[in-house]
Amino acid sequence: MKKMTGMQRKRITQKVAFSLFRLLSFAVVGILFWILGFIIVKGIGVVDWEFLTSAPEDGMTGGGIFPAIVGTLALIVGSMIVAFPIGVFSGIYISEYAGNNWIVKFIRIMTNNLSGVPSIVFGLFGMALFVNALEFGDSIIAGSFTLGLLVLPVVIRTTEEALRAIDDSYRVGSLALGASKLQTIRKVILPMAMPNITTGLILSIGRVSGETAPILFTAVAYFLPKLPASIFDQVMALPYHLYVISTSGTDITAARPIAYGTALVLIMMVLFFNIMASVLRKYFSKKTLS
Amino acid sequence: MKLRKVTELIAEKFLMLCSSVTTLTVILIVIFLFSEGMGLFKSSDIEEGYALVVNSENPVSKLSPEQIMEVFDSKVTLWSEVGGNDEPILLFRLNDLPAYFTEEEMGDELQYVPQCIGQLVSKEPGIIAFVPKMYVDSTASGIKVMEEGHIRPGDFFDGKYWYPTSQPAPLFGVLPLVMGTLWVSLWAILIALPFGLAVAIYLAELADSRLRSMLKPVIELLAGIPSVVYGFFGLVVIVPLIQKGFGLSVGETGLAGSIILAIMALPTIITVAEDALRTTPRSMKEASLSLGASHWQTIYKVVIPYSLSGITAAVVLGIGRAIGETMAVLMVTGNAAVIPTTLLEPMRTIPATIAAELGEAPAGGAHYEALFMLGCILFVMTLIISISVEFINSKKIGRQ
Repeated sequence: MKKMTGMQRKRITQKVAFSLFRLLSFAVVGILFWILGFIIVKGIGVVDWEFLTSAPEDGMTGGGIFPAIVGTLALIVGSMIVAFPIGVFSGIYISEYAGNNWIVKFIRIMTNNLSGVPSIVFGLFGMALFVNALEFGDSIIAGSFTLGLLVLPVVIRTTEEALRAIDDSYRVGSLALGASKLQTIRKVILPMAMPNITTGLILSIGRVSGETAPILFTAVAYFLPKLPASIFDQVMALPYHLYVISTSGTDITAARPIAYGTALVLIMMVLFFNIMASVLRKYFSKKTLS
Repeated sequence: MKLRKVTELIAEKFLMLCSSVTTLTVILIVIFLFSEGMGLFKSSDIEEGYALVVNSENPVSKLSPEQIMEVFDSKVTLWSEVGGNDEPILLFRLNDLPAYFTEEEMGDELQYVPQCIGQLVSKEPGIIAFVPKMYVDSTASGIKVMEEGHIRPGDFFDGKYWYPTSQPAPLFGVLPLVMGTLWVSLWAILIALPFGLAVAIYLAELADSRLRSMLKPVIELLAGIPSVVYGFFGLVVIVPLIQKGFGLSVGETGLAGSIILAIMALPTIITVAEDALRTTPRSMKEASLSLGASHWQTIYKVVIPYSLSGITAAVVLGIGRAIGETMAVLMVTGNAAVIPTTLLEPMRTIPATIAAELGEAPAGGAHYEALFMLGCILFVMTLIISISVEFINSKKIGRQ
């Protein structure tokens, strides 16, 4: 009899523990839907075609967010021009050339360190180097370099992983046919890894589009009457716009609807890139399987 | 054939050059942060271009920045309190000048101001005058210019007050900011840990593949939401909730920051902890089950102890994420630079301070340099975290 109660207790504790885990897991899902739902419900009435295509008016309490969207797109393109080639090339070097010696270990540690550096430190660094020392001023180019260096570790890591996923037999086979190492990489390895590398690129775009702290002192302006004409101009950007109109400004309560709309557009942009990346990943993995 | 070899070599060197960019960036970050930040300890401890002038009879020839602040805030009113004579302190700033002299005496182009100041200071034994250096006639008799000191590292690292714009002597004490950062981050992890561990265990041990494929994207999306959106959500939802729930006058508190940071740290904790839990060898789990242990007993007696180092790494990485977070914290913690005593008061973290103040700090000034020094502290903190994670992981490999 006593043994039975022990067994029962065991079963009950297990049941309690497991239901608790399930509950907490669904609570986390709940948190995501709470945040998304809240911003969608509050923002959906604000976002329309005019909101997306017109400039702010009446001291940020009216009009749209067109310049901020343009600015964010400019920063995305700029930072990808910086990060993508360097990141992919470094990934190729680390996984295809360097072997497993101290250089690789060192580079890997440094890349890890770089990915751990807080975004505000990138802001400080970008301001000291690109804005002040190189005299770019607050500009698209300074912001793009700062953001590009910020996502560099992400690009490197995804490239490395994409390359490592390719079976060694392809490399050996290509080399055995007389192709050089460079030819093997260009004609065999890279085309096979490209889908996964592209996924990584899209993920890093998602990351870049939401960053605020690195561009705070390197690229953005509170309000600009004109769109940027060159890469040496300041821009408005969505995340900074959201920050400014929700915390400071002439009339915060009147600007609230605009803030909800901006948050919705920003979140949709980031989600779009994230979902696109995972859909692509699934699509490509199915394709390689068949 | 030879051409091909040369191309190969050039390509390899080029790729190597590219892969050195991250290393180069880390080195450049260190150089720029520290070279700008170290300037702080060379700059004068009173405002640039100004001097403190006292009567030559006054035995006090030097005041610390904190003493200067207390004197000019009228918290200290007797010279005897700062090591001088038993004399009341008479404060004098440049805009007090018209109270003592007529416009005629100052000259129509203010050319006689140095003489006026000299006269006044030599007449008043208890005076302390805070005036631009250009108005100090150091040859005049009866006056003494106070010794100018540098901001000492001790004042910075051990200072209890962060008043970067106070006059005449700004105070750059980082203790309130460091404490604020640690409070907010550690509480964030304490809040996030039960959730994070539960989800990790659920994902690694309990959920079937259908539930997994539902939960995983949710966690990825949670990681993808920009910090400024979290900050906005915190500002319009969490902050009012806290204000009402605890009956506070302001809802922007350390607690609001901790809650938002906990949500933001969750994806990191879950992913790393789940990976760690999954490394437990199947044979160990099966051995435990075959000895009659229940699934739950196996989890907490075998799986969790086995993956403890990985779980530790998850916690440390989560703290790292929380310490460096800027925008969300800036928007919800209220940003009061005082050493915190409870979670229910406004706090200010290091990243939030940099973000809030760098725009107003003139480049090259002491305030600007102090903010770079804060960046150095932050950088060192995250470096320690990276290294300890590396250490924890290497220990795990050693054991296997």
